[in-house]
Amino acid sequence: MTLRSLSFLVWSLILLSLAMTVLGVCVGSAGFENLIGPLLHPDLDPAATAMAQQIVGEIRLPRTLGAWTAGALLGLAGAVAQGLFRNPLADPYLLGSASGASLGVALALAALGGGAGMLGGSMMNGGVAVSVFSGSVLVRLGLTGAAFIGAVLAVLLTLALSKGVQHTLRLLLAGVVVGVVLGAATQLVLLFSPDSLQAMQAFMLGSTAFVGWAACALMAGVWLLCVSAGGLLGRVLDGLSLGEATAHSLGLPLGSLRIALVGVLALATGTAVAQTGLIAFVGLAAPHLVRSVIKTTHGRLMLLASLMGGALLMAADTLARWLIAPQELPVGVLTAVLGGGYLLWLMHRNSRGFSGGSQ
Amino acid sequence: MTNATYSIAIQASGIRASIGNTEILHDISLGLPQGRWTSIVGPNGAGKSTLLKVLAGLMPHTGSVKLLGHDLHSLPHRTRAQQLAWLGQNESSGDDLTVWDVALLGRLPHQAWLAAPSPKDFAAVEIALKSTQAWDWRQRSLGQLSGGERQRVLLARALAVQAQVLLMDEPLANLDPPHQADWLGVVRCLLETGVTVVSVLHEISMALHADELVIMAAGRVTHQGACAHAATHRALEAVFDHRLSIHPLAGQWVALPN
Repeated sequence: MTLRSLSFLVWSLILLSLAMTVLGVCVGSAGFENLIGPLLHPDLDPAATAMAQQIVGEIRLPRTLGAWTAGALLGLAGAVAQGLFRNPLADPYLLGSASGASLGVALALAALGGGAGMLGGSMMNGGVAVSVFSGSVLVRLGLTGAAFIGAVLAVLLTLALSKGVQHTLRLLLAGVVVGVVLGAATQLVLLFSPDSLQAMQAFMLGSTAFVGWAACALMAGVWLLCVSAGGLLGRVLDGLSLGEATAHSLGLPLGSLRIALVGVLALATGTAVAQTGLIAFVGLAAPHLVRSVIKTTHGRLMLLASLMGGALLMAADTLARWLIAPQELPVGVLTAVLGGGYLLWLMHRNSRGFSGGSQ
Repeated sequence: MTNATYSIAIQASGIRASIGNTEILHDISLGLPQGRWTSIVGPNGAGKSTLLKVLAGLMPHTGSVKLLGHDLHSLPHRTRAQQLAWLGQNESSGDDLTVWDVALLGRLPHQAWLAAPSPKDFAAVEIALKSTQAWDWRQRSLGQLSGGERQRVLLARALAVQAQVLLMDEPLANLDPPHQADWLGVVRCLLETGVTVVSVLHEISMALHADELVIMAAGRVTHQGACAHAATHRALEAVFDHRLSIHPLAGQWVALPN
């Protein structure tokens, strides 16, 4: 590991993200050529120009940037989870936040009834349904709130069951139990309100279609907070990687620092899930991708995994909109397929011999 | 020589400690002399590692432990970490960290929260890595090292703390004979600078190089005394069921199987 390869990785991820932003703004149901004309020659057709500006400024730009911030939050949360649980297969959803958010959304949808079906329809069509989107902003805000509250309550439940954060194994088990129980509760809610099934499905698959400027700003703010907290807590994870007793012997106040780490994990995951639904594998794959290029301290890993997650989700989002345009795939499906493939490849590579030696 | 001639670095009294519902240590009291090297020996399951953890303040227990005259549990974490370094056995080690990063973690007790490492920290890490011959691989990640190489890095991490008291659990695990001899050299250097060294060792012949021996069996201290004393040798033979005997050879004491 050298500083040069570190800065090389940082810069290539930033450049990649910028390139993907441009691409993401161009790709969509109304193609690139339909937008560039009106934008470059506003005097020819003012109506078309206004339309083009709206599509770019109100829909594509926020959702593209939103995809980046959501991916960055998940990548960061993945790095924190893997360091905290000292398990390379740990996932940001491990503390039950995903199932909690699902239950929250399912309950909200069941309570909303009719509006939910409308939202589900519009969500599946993505950015096309501008009018439906604007009509359901209130519904959307309600769902986001429900998802966030659900995620936070589930994490608190996990913490209560594991009686604190002293034992990571107990924390992990409690997270699994909460996930299973809340998942069953979600299914039960859906069974009694079949109308919400479609909207629920959109949430479970994950989509960036509804990320507006407000959501974007919220995620960016939380990301800044979490990245700075991660930078401060990186050394704790480094110490923990030498074992609990050694970390303790180094004078680290493990109890309070673990609470802070769990807080960062829950906040990052909860915020991302509330805005975009359950997007699979980004949080798991991003830290692995970074580690396959560079071995470094947790402070740097968190930042790099974050940049990597952002670039990944942004790329997946652009691909999801482009593959079957003018329709679009839910981005969570795409990340699950790509992430699953990546994990298989990783296992294959590991089974052939040394994985640690890849430079 | 007795404890009375040296001041006491660690004084433990009435120590009882349990793992689960099983009491491992039964009412142990002992004092470890300052600036001396004490080795803790005994058969498997005697409670040596548990005792070392208690002395390092890493395990809940009853009774009191005093480090350099202060009650260990009322000491602030950071102060304790500056005065006492601990090297464990079979601890997980961060495979993704570089050797340099691992050794630098030993400086955590000396760094202000959030402060970047100072030149003094870098110097301490360099000395520590060089003394265990790990300096050449400082850029490599721990996952790429063999068991013995890793052990030398972890030892360097403990040395980098530059604490007054150094507790080591099985420090020779995975080390080849030349590096075991090097370790002996490192310990002698530490003793010259007044550091108190406590080690749990299975290699009896290595343990006999220490100043003092603490012999444990079944959660109790059966004997504490100077390594050169005949009484200590007899206690050592007894605790191992007379399956070994202590002989002088080339100015050293060696333990040979009967």
